[in-house]
Amino acid sequence: MKVLWLQSGGCGGCTQSMLCAEPRPLFEELADAGIEFFWHPALSLASGDEALAMLEDCAEGRLAFDALCIEGAMLRGPNGSGRFHLMAGSGRPLTEWVKRLARHARWVFAIGSCTAYGGFSANTPGNPLEACGLQYDEETPGGLLGANFRSAAGLPVINIAGCPTHPGWVVDTLEKAALEGLAPTDLDEVGRPLLYAGGLVHHGCARNEFYEFKASAEKQSDLGCLMENLGCKGTQAHADCNLRPWNGSGSCLRGGFACIACTEPGFESPGHAFQQTPKLAGIPIGLPTDMPKAWFVALAALSKSATPKRVRNNAVADHPVVLPVIRKKTGGK
Amino acid sequence: MTRILVGPFNRVEGDLEISLDLEQGRVRSAYVNSPLFRGFEQILVGRAPLDALAIVPRICGICSVAQSAAAASALADAMGIAPTANGILSRHLITATENLADHLTHFYLFFMPDFARPAYAGYGWHGAVARRFAAIKGDAAAEVLPARAGFFRLMGFLAGRWPHSLAIQPGGSTRAIGAGERIRLLALLREFRSFLEKRLFGDSLANFGRLASKEELLAWAAGRPADFPAFLQAAVDLGLDRVGRAGDSFLSAGAYGLFPAGVWQDGTISDLDPIAIDEDSSSAWLAAGRARHPAQGETVVDADKPGAYTWCKAPRYGGQTCEVGALARQLVAAHPLALDLVRRDGASVMARVLARMLELARVLPAMATWVQALQPGEPFCAHGEMPDEGSGTGLVEAARGSLGHWLSIKRGQIDRYQIIAPTTWNFSPRDANGQPGPLEQALIGLPAVPDALPTIQHVVRSFDPCMVCTVH
Repeated sequence: MKVLWLQSGGCGGCTQSMLCAEPRPLFEELADAGIEFFWHPALSLASGDEALAMLEDCAEGRLAFDALCIEGAMLRGPNGSGRFHLMAGSGRPLTEWVKRLARHARWVFAIGSCTAYGGFSANTPGNPLEACGLQYDEETPGGLLGANFRSAAGLPVINIAGCPTHPGWVVDTLEKAALEGLAPTDLDEVGRPLLYAGGLVHHGCARNEFYEFKASAEKQSDLGCLMENLGCKGTQAHADCNLRPWNGSGSCLRGGFACIACTEPGFESPGHAFQQTPKLAGIPIGLPTDMPKAWFVALAALSKSATPKRVRNNAVADHPVVLPVIRKKTGGK
Repeated sequence: MTRILVGPFNRVEGDLEISLDLEQGRVRSAYVNSPLFRGFEQILVGRAPLDALAIVPRICGICSVAQSAAAASALADAMGIAPTANGILSRHLITATENLADHLTHFYLFFMPDFARPAYAGYGWHGAVARRFAAIKGDAAAEVLPARAGFFRLMGFLAGRWPHSLAIQPGGSTRAIGAGERIRLLALLREFRSFLEKRLFGDSLANFGRLASKEELLAWAAGRPADFPAFLQAAVDLGLDRVGRAGDSFLSAGAYGLFPAGVWQDGTISDLDPIAIDEDSSSAWLAAGRARHPAQGETVVDADKPGAYTWCKAPRYGGQTCEVGALARQLVAAHPLALDLVRRDGASVMARVLARMLELARVLPAMATWVQALQPGEPFCAHGEMPDEGSGTGLVEAARGSLGHWLSIKRGQIDRYQIIAPTTWNFSPRDANGQPGPLEQALIGLPAVPDALPTIQHVVRSFDPCMVCTVH
């Protein structure tokens, strides 16, 4: 599978993250699955006229490639001109290159939430950049390529959302496409591969015991659950961050800070401060999506009243201050 | 005179285009264009002040935690708090991990592949260098990617993940490190040191860090079977020790309590006075008035401005251009080898690359001492109140050089946010006085005919540009 990769209104962080793929070195991992970077702006040798000629041949259908990976939001401004990003050396808007190339791609992958839904670039009040995702404008289908776009394989844009993407999300999705193909049933309703977005960030969270007892962190660096006070959206965000570790052993929660739901359309403008949980009458507004609110409130009241001292005290410290009791064996042999 | 357009410049972070006016096959003048505008300074206005910690890392996927650290410093300044002792050590460790990893990524993935180009086929070193450093396919990649990923495991412990972590806070870090984890962090540092000593230097970090002159450096490199010595051999052969000089004024905001802040000009180091920094928008597609200090700065798009050729502003120090980066840090820190190279030939391709290597050799051992100094059980994060009205400044060193954030808060919201990133300094356009930016100066006189050697490629990448930060 030949992969053509372009970057636009983003930070390049999804590529930087992808280079952290483990356990095998990224290039070997992909090469052995039959995947090669036909051209990648951060990695390939060819630059200048040589690169432009190759891209022009691809855009005209004279040079075959399989997958188009785009990293970064599509900047249509100012006034529809695309001049907020003219591809260097070409004088043409990157949005125009993407449209021309997408026509010839078997698969089109949006790498990262910017590319999928617009991300931070689409977030300035009034959206002066006229930024959008490849096939979405935040939650609304459309975007640069339009809601009806289908690649040669018959699929909409595959949204590997995340800010940034986990290396495994990109590598596994590309390998699934290369080895078995992808079907509409492999994607959720906003185009994300279920292989990483089929569950919630909450699943496997190392703070789960604190969550169960609603033993909440009150300030940054506390060990407790970050949902009640510090803005955590792990119970609503679709991704496997706490099952598929980042950088060996990490995740946002393991790093001590809130999940800001960076795989969700529109995560960048939550309508409240990122590190603060909005509440109504003392109860968080953003409760788990598939649980009646009354149940949650009842359960929370019950579990709070049953919280062991160890969990209650550790929740508001940055290291365990009470250790689990070691059960002594009683009675004779 | 003819004008040529060079781009896309890949293997830089982000998109870059350069226009060159040529006379008799050489560059007479250069115009550097940062062709992507994203408008982060506007995104931040109107948000809760602490939201900056979630937003600014997304400016850049390669200097992500440097952006966090600058924002956290500016917010701490506004709040009137300082990080705890553990918090300071954690921040040093997190930013040093990113900075050293960036130096490694630059050398192996962005910079060295140009020496594998067919244009160098006639040179004695070309075969071995091409096998080792060819883009994607060279055999160094199979070793450097696991070394890099292994080193970034530090972030799994210290910052949750990389890039785009929220761990760095005004008062320190959200992630307290336990006693057992300190042992694991030390093991990761030893693993990375082993890669550097075996593959990059072919010698101990200490031996390399002690080299004090160009003669010592070249004698050390001769015949040494390792990656940086291989570069030195090619660099001297191609004269890259005397190519790429810009204005030879250098600025550093100081890093890790290890390298001091200062400005280096003609061998004299003076204190850095942040008030002397201003930004000029004359050549940018931005509304221009007089140059302004960033605390009063504005970013207003004017896409049809006559005479403009980039989205990048022109930061100046006392009206002068400055080069920032590892070489600036090592000069201000008075490292004898950096000083010797610049006194002889000015800043060059070789001196800039060498300075990054010096930082790998000098900072990695310091990281181990910071890990050992962590006090599990003592606080990692201090807490304070965010004022409804206030302002703050955060100056840090990213891998590529000085990064500054200037913010002000009104009615509990961000009222103004201005950022000067390292490549904004290095790749700045002409200012109101017509003074070209550092790269624009460094390219003058280089050969640029179609079959010329790719010297321009080396000079551009010797700055390790980060274009997504440049315009943000």
